[in-house]
Amino acid sequence: MVVMNTGTAHEIRQAKARWGELDEDDGDDLDFLLLPPKEVIGPNENGVKKVIEYKFNEEGKKVKITTTVRTRKVAKARLSKQAAERRSWAKFGEAVNENVGESRTLVSTEEIQLERPKAPGSSKAAKPEPLAPKNNATYIKCRYCKGEHWTSSCPHKDLFQDTEVSEVPVSDNQTPGASKTTYVPPGLRPRADKTEVRPRRDENSVRVTNLSEDTREPDLRELFLPFGEVSRVYVALDKETQVSRGFGFVNFLRREDAQKAINKLNGYGYDNLILSVEWAAPRPN
Amino acid sequence: MRPILMKGHERPLTFLKYNRDGDLLFSCAKDHTPNVWFADNGERLGTYRGHNGAVWCCDVSRDSSRLITGSADQSAKLWDVQSGQQVFTFNFDSPTRSVEFSVGDKLAVITTDPFMELTSAIHVKRIAGDPADQTAESILTLKVPQGRMKINRAVWGPLNSTIISAGEDAIIRIWDSETGKLLQENQKEEGHTKTITSLVKSPDGSHFLTGSLDKSAKLWDTRTLTLIKTYRTESPVNAVAMSPLLNHVVLGGGQDAINVTTTDHRAGKFEAKFYDKILQEEIGGVKGHFGPINALAFNPDGKSFSSGGEDGYIRLHHFDHDYFNIKI
Repeated sequence: MVVMNTGTAHEIRQAKARWGELDEDDGDDLDFLLLPPKEVIGPNENGVKKVIEYKFNEEGKKVKITTTVRTRKVAKARLSKQAAERRSWAKFGEAVNENVGESRTLVSTEEIQLERPKAPGSSKAAKPEPLAPKNNATYIKCRYCKGEHWTSSCPHKDLFQDTEVSEVPVSDNQTPGASKTTYVPPGLRPRADKTEVRPRRDENSVRVTNLSEDTREPDLRELFLPFGEVSRVYVALDKETQVSRGFGFVNFLRREDAQKAINKLNGYGYDNLILSVEWAAPRPN
Repeated sequence: MRPILMKGHERPLTFLKYNRDGDLLFSCAKDHTPNVWFADNGERLGTYRGHNGAVWCCDVSRDSSRLITGSADQSAKLWDVQSGQQVFTFNFDSPTRSVEFSVGDKLAVITTDPFMELTSAIHVKRIAGDPADQTAESILTLKVPQGRMKINRAVWGPLNSTIISAGEDAIIRIWDSETGKLLQENQKEEGHTKTITSLVKSPDGSHFLTGSLDKSAKLWDTRTLTLIKTYRTESPVNAVAMSPLLNHVVLGGGQDAINVTTTDHRAGKFEAKFYDKILQEEIGGVKGHFGPINALAFNPDGKSFSSGGEDGYIRLHHFDHDYFNIKI
């Protein structure tokens, strides 16, 4: 018998009108007379049984207690007559001398699951191809060069910079609605002063490759500091293992210092490895 | 599920067998002593001492009174299940590989390995009801083609009229158990390409499953010997089992024993893989062994199965409730 949930107690506030005349002292003994009898409903086809009881709580109030119980037959291993008899067989062979301490049988402490090769319900076909373009039609289009790549990574960005600045005010004047059809993030919105503010990360950035695994950012800073003021040092680490991936970036405040560092350190032996130092991004000239 | 680990053997397991009621589990290993366990809690009931070599195979009679074991000590022995006493010994001149009682337990089929100048053979013995009447003579001996190849398994066909054999030559053969005539061989192109390691019949005997070192298991029709299904896996299959309850087949294996010590156990794929019998699709794997799985058996009620590994452990798994509701 398994108790699934033990019940809900309803308090019934009832004026003790008639029974109030009774003496307080012998009230306890007469409880069973004053309370409705115990009621049992069920069990129904699901084995759910309801028992309704009444009693007084310590404040003297009458309380109705409904207990819902589900009775489940715990599947008892159905043993055949012979199997039941075999259960009582005497042990023989080496099993006789087995003492409890050196048990041959133990239950695994590890919970073993039936490991599914894939999550249930998902199949290869169910995975939708992300916005697959129909018959070679591209859905990525660069705003600068109309090529098949994201605008932000356009290799010809700098070439288009000037024309764009001159174009946009014109379109704004003629068709104000048209320019609003596509959302342009604020950082990419054309502005007159944009040519002056260049992305900070690209500034005089030097790429250092063939670093040894033990090289950390302070080491790199120490190495590059003699050439000039360094604004940023970054060593790429593997996301999972936190081991250096063998390359990093150093940003200089001045371009001349960066060039100096490249000239000096490219091919420099550092920690048993020959460093390769070059400009980080290919610069259009 | 929390499997029950049974450490009764010192050496790799070779075979597992439940009795018909599913309350006893018999285990054979390369150590010389088969064991019998209670299949519900894994308690050891007894051991059968007397063999002098690896025990390759066993079978238990329908009423669970007799056990037959085949061993590399060139003998097959009949045992009294309850007392562990030897009842009879069939002596051969080469190791015995596979044994099985016929329907009705009046006959037994025993296969022997090629040894010295002897070729592999299938023997049929009469099993007497009273051990006093038991004789050692074979009523039928089948000499197989390509006798230098081992026969890894021979079982009775429907109504004991045929014997199905499979082994190292990767060919499944059906023999007439009366005359000893070779009735059928499987089609070469649809058969296995490497040694067949195991063969298990469905509960009703209408089809059977073979596992092979060619990393596949195949389901065959018993009467026509036509290929029904193929289950592919990543490692050689040493043992197969078929669920009597659900349409599941289980393949056990792992890399060759020879490579075990040189590779990480995680890479060995030492898991019992469940496949849907009909869709041939993998359902899941049960891990735990530290070596290849050599033996698999399903409880006749289909609610538990046990696996025996090269690591010397038997792992008895009682399925969780949700196993029975698995959807693909």
